[in-house]
Amino acid sequence: MWQWFHRLGSPPAFYRLSETLLPWLWAVFALALGYGLYGGLVLAPTDYQQGDSFRIIYVHVPAAWMSLFVYVLMAVCGAIALVWRMKMAEVVLIAAAPIGAAYTLIALVTGSLWGKPMWGTWWVWDARLTSELILLFLYLGIIGLHGAIEDRAVAGRAVAVLALVGVVNVPIIHYSVEWWSTLHQGATVTKFDKPSIHIDMLIPLLAMALAFKLYFFSVLLVRVRAELLTRESGSRWVKSMLGSA
Amino acid sequence: MTEFLAMGGYAAYVWGAYGFTTLVLVWTAVAASSRHRAELRRLNRSLRA
Amino acid sequence: MTASWAAFLVVMRRDLTVAYRRRSEAVLPVLFFVLVVTLLPLGIGPEPRLLATLAPGAIWVAALLATLLSLDGIFKPDFEDGTLEQLMLAAQPLALLVSAKVTAHWLITGLPLTISAPILALLMGLPADALDTLLLCLLLGTPVLSLIGAIGVALTVGLRRGGMLVSLLVLPLYVPVLIFGAGAVDAAAMGSPVAAQVSILAALLALAATLAPLAAAGALRVSLS
Repeated sequence: MWQWFHRLGSPPAFYRLSETLLPWLWAVFALALGYGLYGGLVLAPTDYQQGDSFRIIYVHVPAAWMSLFVYVLMAVCGAIALVWRMKMAEVVLIAAAPIGAAYTLIALVTGSLWGKPMWGTWWVWDARLTSELILLFLYLGIIGLHGAIEDRAVAGRAVAVLALVGVVNVPIIHYSVEWWSTLHQGATVTKFDKPSIHIDMLIPLLAMALAFKLYFFSVLLVRVRAELLTRESGSRWVKSMLGSA
Repeated sequence: MTEFLAMGGYAAYVWGAYGFTTLVLVWTAVAASSRHRAELRRLNRSLRA
Repeated sequence: MTASWAAFLVVMRRDLTVAYRRRSEAVLPVLFFVLVVTLLPLGIGPEPRLLATLAPGAIWVAALLATLLSLDGIFKPDFEDGTLEQLMLAAQPLALLVSAKVTAHWLITGLPLTISAPILALLMGLPADALDTLLLCLLLGTPVLSLIGAIGVALTVGLRRGGMLVSLLVLPLYVPVLIFGAGAVDAAAMGSPVAAQVSILAALLALAATLAPLAAAGALRVSLS
């Protein structure tokens, strides 16, 4: 098991493995997406309180889940990069960041579009949306820091530190924003947090969550491949791989 | 079919949300792929030189 | 006196001496603090009840911004003249020396901000009952701002123009301090209990005091590698 883990740490091995994995990831993604969209947009019964606008849940919630998943993944990569000095972990971290940021942006915009028919305004300072907004800034910080440091190796380690500092703060920020939200909103119940969900409505949601996860891993592998080529352009394995092509 | 598109009157919001999501995800995937291909081109050029 | 404690004092005393030699610069964060709070009525209108409602949040946001502007002074001057490298080569743990520098920074910035808060409370019409809560919360919160800020500047110390980037890195991490600090003062102004918020601020301080120097030391090693 550790052998497999260490083999993944080798850039040429990862590059080759990702090549074989990608078609399968995209294929299962398409299946999950198709099933999720059909179940969510067509099969699921209309919500008696919110009408058809509740269907936004099928993109909003999976995007929000992924925005948190990706950040935690980045933090884990950061820990692996710093403790085991594994360059591959640094590469995965920085490749994941823009995808996580994209999911966060989707969560924010779809949350806003969901909230407008419900509350009449485009932006609501509810706990979930406010936390997502701060999470977006955390992502932009990682992307910004990596872009600002010229030496790619130093940049990789710096964002590893930042991701770890961030992940410790994410629960603290989330808790403080929730506290703040209940204090200022009083009795208003946010519809985003725990919708009482019927099984017919839940299954497409899980399918969409799976689809979004597979999309993430697919695009992640593509970005890692590009990043590896950039970082390792002088190395033997890159030269021999391209020479033989 | 028109009922489906109308989304109970919430068409703008629902399709706006799905449309934005599709836009962002497609753009992210395309950007990643084109970056990879650009790197390959750059490396091929420098190796040929 | 142990070697570690001696080293801590030496580093802290040095930073305080350097700041004292440039006293006029050291007073800038406090001036900025007062300036920002002066701008608010000019922008919003002088209605006393509105200002009083806004006071807790406004004073805290101004304190955050003033601290943010002062963070550069923690590592940048030492980086530029080579002192930072010397500190990193010292026998004592870097985290200890970092906490000495952060303590000095707080004494130069956070403590003066806290002391000048009553003036701002007056300008914004904050109810007198809330004043001691404001002072206590700033006393607990400003060190956390210095500690977290140190991580941000440690990550960007090698960059030529890291200023705005530091804001992006550090302000999201300041949010809990802002929420509980302003929340406590707000509650005090309305006569409600503040024990919960103050306890959380104290917990945040304990967490930051133990972990932030380690993170900042790690960040320095990465930046200067």
